[in-house]
Amino acid sequence: MDTVKQLSARLAAGEVSAVELAQDYLAKIEAANPALNAFVELNEAQTLIEARAADALRAEGRAGPLTGVPIAHKDIFCQTGWHARCGSKMLENFAAPYDAGLIERARAAGLVTLGRTNMDEFAMGSTNESSHYGVVHNPWQLDAVPGGSSGGSAAAVAAGIAPAASGTDTGGSIRQPAAFCGITGIKPTYGIVSRWGMIAYASSLDQGGPMAHTAEDCALLLNAFAGFDTRDATSLERAPEDYTRALDAPLAGLRIGVPKEFFGEGMSDDVRAAVDAALATFRTLGATTVEVSLPRSGYAVPAYYVIAPAEASSNLNRFDGVRYGYRAPEYRDLNDMYAKTRAQGFGEEVKRRILIGTYVLSHGYYDAYYLQAQRVRRLIADDYRAAFRDCDLILGPTTPTVAYGIGDKADDPLSMYLGDIYTTSVNLAGLPGMSIPCGFGASGLPVGLQIVGNYFDEARMLGAAHRFQQATDWHLRTPPR
Amino acid sequence: MSLTDQQVRHIAKLARIELADGQLERTRDALGSMLGLIEQLQAIDTTGVEPMAHATDLVLRLRDDAISETDHRSAYQAVAPAVENGLYLVPKVIE
Repeated sequence: MDTVKQLSARLAAGEVSAVELAQDYLAKIEAANPALNAFVELNEAQTLIEARAADALRAEGRAGPLTGVPIAHKDIFCQTGWHARCGSKMLENFAAPYDAGLIERARAAGLVTLGRTNMDEFAMGSTNESSHYGVVHNPWQLDAVPGGSSGGSAAAVAAGIAPAASGTDTGGSIRQPAAFCGITGIKPTYGIVSRWGMIAYASSLDQGGPMAHTAEDCALLLNAFAGFDTRDATSLERAPEDYTRALDAPLAGLRIGVPKEFFGEGMSDDVRAAVDAALATFRTLGATTVEVSLPRSGYAVPAYYVIAPAEASSNLNRFDGVRYGYRAPEYRDLNDMYAKTRAQGFGEEVKRRILIGTYVLSHGYYDAYYLQAQRVRRLIADDYRAAFRDCDLILGPTTPTVAYGIGDKADDPLSMYLGDIYTTSVNLAGLPGMSIPCGFGASGLPVGLQIVGNYFDEARMLGAAHRFQQATDWHLRTPPR
Repeated sequence: MSLTDQQVRHIAKLARIELADGQLERTRDALGSMLGLIEQLQAIDTTGVEPMAHATDLVLRLRDDAISETDHRSAYQAVAPAVENGLYLVPKVIE
């Protein structure tokens, strides 16, 4: 297992070229991907074009810290030279004619694309089972789900066939698969990473971010990904910051809030034990813990399942068989073409969410459901605001259980939705959240520790995570080959 | 809370998603269980709470009134299912 930091050093020292590194990873992918299905598109020629360009930059003395480092991109980001299928039959033949904001920034940093990673269809799912391109297998146990929706990205990093990956997180889609696969991932404050060219699910919640082995790697990658983008109306215009600046800050004096609601019913014993032990480690390192309360956090999942589908029903209107993507082969007239195209192009989970979203926005239900959910959203954000008066960071479990078996929740979407009980509130509030490995459950699968920060406090979160990772080795454990 | 078949058909029509008769019951049940989840929100007193439409209470900015876009028509239409002479083709809508 190599970290981004290590690869960066080897490239800088001239021990390896970007081309050699890319070829090395492509060979690993070729060997491991048939069992994992983490990658949905590979294109060696395209990868090597990027790698050669990175080597040329280095030869000219213009290399940055990430120049030549390989990365896998979630299949949700538009990227020239590659398809952007978004886990859907609807976009099976879609190759974007432009680069997403995050992709542009990754390219500018010299990161080399290894391939495109599998995901739940249109990022709707927590298991990767809704992908039109097949389920992803968890590298720790191949019959377990990798989490979702960024399951391909998480599995690729965990299996060591990509040192890092991009992901997106609308209700937990970076943090939950990071937890299930035993890696580190961060969803930044809403508005930090451009959403331009990132195929939209729920625009007021969607946020891209890095997934890697370590907090230090995530900080290096966030330096590349973050930045103002005029093409995203909600991109925040802020001075650039160095997310690595607090990596070595001592933990003495850090106040950690522990929300009592995150340790209640539904949390499995093995997750509780691992999280409790992690909190003890933080205390040993000099931090103090204080109980805080997020009284309305239990309503986050219901509020999320009004707001996200409502926004999705609007966003996914664009898939109508006219401008891009799938078009049904037979139809009577224009409306029939729309209805058949969408019936055939979308999978079950996506249709369910579009339909419920359409309902909550429809005449007579808008106030009762949609506006009520938006009011609850404010209460949830207010709870966090109040809690952060007593602490600097909020720590707890990322998920109530470790990864479960493929198929276990396939017929019971509601129980899958409730697995996002600790993550959705963070998106609703717009706060930054991350997951780091903190142990293993009874079944031998990884447990994730969630770290939630106040707005724009990513550097402090990454620093605390880095100190924890200096004192533990959970993030260095690798799955059996 | 459950929906009637008629309501489900109406929602599907609004969403422009064809529902075969064989899918009606399954869809109705799936939506009903989602509604059961979101019904919980009715229990919360939100009197006087301003709806939160976005993750941050940001103010939409204005850009300079300057030309920023160039012509991408051929690149964008290259990925369309059917185009002719720079136009997107759809079934005839006006007799």
